[in-house]
This record gives sequence, structure tokens and C-alpha cells, in this order.
Amino acid sequence: MSRTDTVDAPAAAKTPEERVLTFGDIFGRDAGGIIVLLVVFGALTLASDQFLTSANLANLARQVAIVGIIAIGQLLVILTAGIDLSVGSVLGLAGCVTAELIVHGVPIPLAILGGLLTGVVCGLVNGILVAYAQLPAFIVTLGMLGIARGVVLVFTDAATIGPLPNGFTTIANGTLLGLPNLLWLFAAVTVVTAFVLRRTTFGRYVYAIGSNPESARLAGVPVRTVLVTVYVISGTLAALGGVLLASRLGGGNPTAGIGYELNAIAACVIGGASLFGAKGGAFGAAAGALIVATLNNGGNLLNVNAFYLQIIIGLLILVAVFFDQWQGRLAGGRAG
Amino acid sequence: MSAGAPERSPAGEAFVSLRGVSKAYGPIQALADVDLDLRLGEVHCLAGENGAGKSTLIKVLTGAIRRDTGEYTVDGEPLGSPTPAEARAAGIGVVYQELSLFPDMSIEENLLMGRLPARRGVTRPRELRQRAREMLARVDLEHLDPATPVSQLSLAVRQLVEIAKVLGQDPRVLIFDEPTTALSENETAALLDRIKELRDEGHAIMYVSHHLEEMFAIGDRVTILRDGKFVTSAPMRDFDHDSLIATMVGRKIESLYPAGKRTIGAPRLVVRGLRRPGVEGTVDFTVHSGEILGIAGLLGSGRSELLQAVFGADPVSGGTVEVDGQRVRPGSPRNAVRAGLGLLTEDRKALGLLLELSIRENASIANLPQISRFYTVNRRRENAIVDKYLGGLRLRAASWEQPASSLSGGNQQKVLLARWLATHAKVLFFDEPTKGVDVGAKSEIYQVIGDLAADGLGVVVVSSYLPEVLGLADRVLVMREGLVAGELTAAEATEEQVLHLASPGATPTSRVGDLAPSAGGTDVAH
Repeated sequence: MSRTDTVDAPAAAKTPEERVLTFGDIFGRDAGGIIVLLVVFGALTLASDQFLTSANLANLARQVAIVGIIAIGQLLVILTAGIDLSVGSVLGLAGCVTAELIVHGVPIPLAILGGLLTGVVCGLVNGILVAYAQLPAFIVTLGMLGIARGVVLVFTDAATIGPLPNGFTTIANGTLLGLPNLLWLFAAVTVVTAFVLRRTTFGRYVYAIGSNPESARLAGVPVRTVLVTVYVISGTLAALGGVLLASRLGGGNPTAGIGYELNAIAACVIGGASLFGAKGGAFGAAAGALIVATLNNGGNLLNVNAFYLQIIIGLLILVAVFFDQWQGRLAGGRAG
Repeated sequence: MSAGAPERSPAGEAFVSLRGVSKAYGPIQALADVDLDLRLGEVHCLAGENGAGKSTLIKVLTGAIRRDTGEYTVDGEPLGSPTPAEARAAGIGVVYQELSLFPDMSIEENLLMGRLPARRGVTRPRELRQRAREMLARVDLEHLDPATPVSQLSLAVRQLVEIAKVLGQDPRVLIFDEPTTALSENETAALLDRIKELRDEGHAIMYVSHHLEEMFAIGDRVTILRDGKFVTSAPMRDFDHDSLIATMVGRKIESLYPAGKRTIGAPRLVVRGLRRPGVEGTVDFTVHSGEILGIAGLLGSGRSELLQAVFGADPVSGGTVEVDGQRVRPGSPRNAVRAGLGLLTEDRKALGLLLELSIRENASIANLPQISRFYTVNRRRENAIVDKYLGGLRLRAASWEQPASSLSGGNQQKVLLARWLATHAKVLFFDEPTKGVDVGAKSEIYQVIGDLAADGLGVVVVSSYLPEVLGLADRVLVMREGLVAGELTAAEATEEQVLHLASPGATPTSRVGDLAPSAGGTDVAH
């Protein structure tokens, strides 16, 4: 304690602006999006009577959960300064694999496992190509986007697989303790990921690699293993999203999830993640997904033209990135 | 050298002249009151150790930086503080050390980049080809197809293309900054001949190189800088190999360095037969407990590469590394860290720090497995360890949660040091530990290095700053061309001996034959 005193006192006296930076750093990683989310919630509560009703909130939860779950996987990849464009396609593939297995009489738990395994395999291929073949993540996952979508269209002949039994559809449509199952799952994925990122060695390594992979390697971080794991997690969570979507819709739709990768990336960016890596957190990404969903939901309630909503969400992304850059430049200026 | 370049008095006829030029970077005085005269038809060498201010002086000449004080005249006209474009217009051309060509573009595009012949924005390929050919002819490369991509050329040819590019701007003054770093002996000789031709055409040449033999081969006059200060400017023939080195070094070692009260014990790191791809021959060395081994050598002699290879960061094609008798599997920094090695890299920003992460996270990253249970980091132990090791280094920061990017160079170095202290490393490698660190923090870092060795660690220090190596180390390994050229004990090592061993021209030349040591090396008895 006496040591910290000697360290702190002269520095604080000499350079007071460093304290401001410290403050910003504590909140910078995660919570920018949460503030925006609260503002949006407050505004919509005032603007519409129907917004803060349990029916509407349950509806909102169902809308956000699936994109939210894949956004969490996307976040892990983005934190390593990578990107996973294949999540939408993997979602579609995994949903159809699960549906197909169920239709062929495979027990539901095994069928779900099969769907998730599809995601693991896709993620593994992505991860190995990025970490070991050292191909750019953008290209690798763009390839996987095409491949996974093509495979699902070929094996389903572009037709929806169904109908699926009640035992499967209640997973995404049921409730637990009055809240939608989907919301519980989304919350669980977010909390577990937040814990992993904040408290585990793996989480620390993810940030380290995103900050500087070569420095991380020289510090003894198992860079390749961590990278592969990150893509596997992203693929698995995308597959989980696919299983849940199939369950919610009661069928495997081969075109499910088109464009979801962009929604997931948007959620991460709005939630404060930086595409250059090492910045962002699970709660931020979840908040980002919630912001997008809430805007869409509120827009519907207020009868705002859906096309305007697209414009608003686009602007939101630009503002989020602008602030990220601006803060970075401020910090850089101080350091120099 | 040719009989041209008649002796002139220093005051007269200088085409470019600097008078009393000073430049400070923050607290560091890079140049202090330096004079320089470049004459047409003369090759002027600039000599000095690393950090003597040579690059700063070049940057002043080219307008890359603004000098603080002093006059700068070209052809009698004061130039004020020129921008790079104004300096170029005044006739100053530079051939850069790092080639500034675009490898994926053609020679002709490279030659005329920035002023491609065009009409209303549409390029004119035929005129481009024609002008490129003329430019190539000036360096005898007319046989080369101007459409060839630069990436297909050898380094020596690229160097010539670079010269052709600079010549295309019709400079009166040509500055060569370490032009032979990447060239073979024959290519170097050819380049030197080319430079002599340019001199005889009436250009003023400034030649900067670490290689003394080249200066003697080509120089008419030499200006020597030391610690940013002007030492002397005299005709090259007034010097020989030894007197030039002595004038460059000419410094007493300050007592910045910790007094050596260490007991040197058992070997901690043993490297045997280490072979690196692309280097012929093997390297052996041993570091004992309590010992500081210094590694000296010129730029590009493979010092950092040796550390990187032992640490597993670069590929190794043979040999063994043992820490406390345990073999370390090569090719993986992770294994090296586990075995008890630690590396503080030269380029802290690119190869050390995680700039976006906090000081705490930077300090603990190599030690996470030890302070974790079930892969979960124990924050209390993490903070305790960071407090213990960083606190002991008197780091100047408001909080451990501040990003590493907000720290000064010396404090960043302390964070990295704490990282390796926390791992209880057995052998620590310091690659240029005080690069970009101000004097106060320097002596602190020396102190820490001394304390670490006193605690029984094996320490290896690589530095291009010779006084640092000699002041810190118990033993000095001198490297040349990727191999160990010789080994000196601290007691017998002098800067002159180290420079002799390190210079590629240690084989006798006509000027310095009687002074050069034998190429093999360790028997440098003067």
C-alpha cells in the first residue's frame, strides 16, 4: 500500500489528464452501447404506450435473441481483429441439418447435436485456414459463406424441410419462469462469454492477439490455438442460432440467415467493438443487438417506414465507428 | 580515388552549407551546433556511431525535419526551413537506405511516380516508356525493359533504379544513406564506381555508411559526429582505419553502469551448434548464472536474429538450446517462455507491447497460466504480482488500468520487464534495452539489469551502443555476418577492438592492413 502511494502521488500531481484516460478505459471496453440502449428504451417508452408491455417485450426478446447469439460469436472473432462473414450461411446450414435429421427420425437431442457439429466443422475449417494457412479472415469466411449456403441449397433442393414435431418447436417458442426460452439462452450465452472474456486466460489471450499477434506470440500466447478456438466458437454459436431459428419457425429453411452476418457485425460495432481488434465486450455486443432490434420494434410500433429505419441503423454504425476512431486519436495524442 | 577533387579551403565554394545546426527531440539533443560543407565534385563521408546524429543531419538536409537553429544555404542562397519538395527543387536528392520503390509496379511507373506523363489525367504510355529509358541509360541499365515489375529485380539493380529515379530530378547533391547494406561485395564495388562517376560529373555526394572501408575507398573528405556534436571535418587521407574509429568513439564510459559485484555460477543457458536458415555456420555460446553477456556487432550482423532464433521466434535449422540442463524444443516462443527464457524486443511497439491493453494486462500476459485456476485468472494474485514487480520498478503511471500506449518509452520498457520478472525467467534477453529511453530511465534500466544478474539470472544484452555493451557486460560476443566473430572479456574489451572484430573489412586493405585483426578472431592482442 505504501508502494502504491509512492507510485501514484507524483504521477497524479504531474499529469492530471492521465486520470481522465484511466476513467475512459474502464468504461471504454464494454458499456458505450448500454447507455445508448437505455436512451432508446426511455424514448420509446415515452413515445408509445405499447412499447413497455410484456407482450411486446417478449416479442422483442424473440426478435433479438438469435441475431444476438451469433453477434456474440462474431464479437470473439472481431476481438482478434478478424471477421466471420460465414455465420449467416452456417446458421442456415445447421438449421437444415437439424431439421433433416429430425425428419429422418433421429432423436431431437442427437439432431441438435448434429446441427451444432456442422457449425463446429465450419468454424474449424475457417480457423485452420486463418491461423495456420494465414489467409485473410475476410476471404476465408467469404468463401465459407458461399460454400455453406451452396451446400444447404444443394442438399435441400432449395425446399423447406418440415414440418417439425412439437417437441422441437417448443424449444424456441416456449417460456421459462414467464420469460421466453430464447431470451434465457441469449442471456446465458452473453453472461458466459462476458465471464470468459473478462476472467479467463483464454479471454485475455483473445484481447492480446487482437492488440498485436506478434507481441502476443513472443509473450508465449498460443496464438494459433486461440484463433482456431475463436472461429469454432463463432461457428458453433451460428449453428445454435440456426437450430433455434428452425425450432422457432417449425422447419428448416435453406435461405434462413441471409444477411445475418452483417447484422451481427453491426451489433458488435454499435456495441463498441473495434474491427481493428482488442476493443469491445460481450455486454456491448448484446446491447448492440438489442439497440438494432429495439429500433426496429419501436419503428413498427410508431409506424415509421422500415426503409427509414435502415437509414437510421446505418447512421448509427457510422456514428459508433466515428466515436471509436475519435477516442483512439485522443488517446494517441495524449500518449505522444 | 581519382586525382580530381583538388584541395580547397573549408570556407570556399561549398555548394551546400550548414552552419551551427541544432535539433532536439524533447530532452534529447540529436544535433548540437553542427557544420557541414558539401562541394561539387567531391564525395563527402559522414561518420559516427549509432546515435551520433547522422540520420538527423540527413533529415535536416532533405527537409524531412525542421532544424531548431542554424543556417542552411544551397549555392549561396539561404534555404530557410525547406519542405522535402523545396529541398528537392533546390537540388538535394537522397537515395534511401530502405528502398522506396513500389515492388508490384513497373520500373517506369516507379521512376516517374508522382509526375507520370499524362494528358488530362490519362497516362501516355509511350512517353512514359521513352523517359524511363533515358533515365535508365544514365545508370547503364538501358538493356532493362522498363515494363518489368520491380519485384523481379535483384536488390543491386533496385538500388540502381532508385538512383536513376533520384537522378531524374536533376539533383546537384546526392545523399547516399547506407546504400550497401543489402549488397554483396561485387555489387558494392560496382555501386562505388558508379558513385565516383557521378562525382566526376560534378555532383556533390554525401556518403553515409557503417563500413569504414567504403569510406576510405570513395571518400574525399569526412565529417565526424559524436553524440550529436561536430568533432572534425578533414580530408579522408588524414585518417587511417584506427584513427577514424578513435575519433568516432573518443568517449570515456560514464559510470551509469552498475558496479559488478556478482558471482558467476553454473551455466544457465547453453546454445550449441545453432544454425539459422540462410546463414552458413553455427553459433555456440553459454550464459552463466549471475553473468551479463553483451552481444555487439554492426547493423545487420544478426544480433537480434540470434536472440529471436534462440527464443524460438524465428526458425532454426539445427542445434540445441538448453536452459538449466533442460532441452528447449525449438521454434516456439511458448516453449521458450515455459523453459524460463524471456525476451525484451528491440521494437517494443511492434514486438512487445499490447498497446490497447492495460498496464496490468501487459505485465501479466506471459504469466497467466501460473495465476489461474481452471483457466480463470485470479485477479487478486494478478494484482499482487503486478504490484510486486511493477511497483519495484518505480513505474510512473496513475493507475495499472491505464492503456500501455499512454506510457513513455522508458516506462513501457519497465512494463515489459515486469512481464518477464513475473514469469520468474531464468535467462533474460534484452534487445536494445535503452533504445528511445531517456537518460534517467536508462540508468534505472541498467540498475535493474545488474540486479537481475546479481539475483542469479543469466542476462544477454544486445546493443548497438558500444559503451552500453562494454559498461554492462562481463563478456562480449562480437557478431559479424550472422556468426560470432570473436569473444572478449569485459576487462580486455575496448571499443576499438569490438569495432575491428565487427567490421566486415577486417581482412587487410591497402590502407589499414597493419592494423586489422585476423579474420578468425578471438586473439586480438594489441
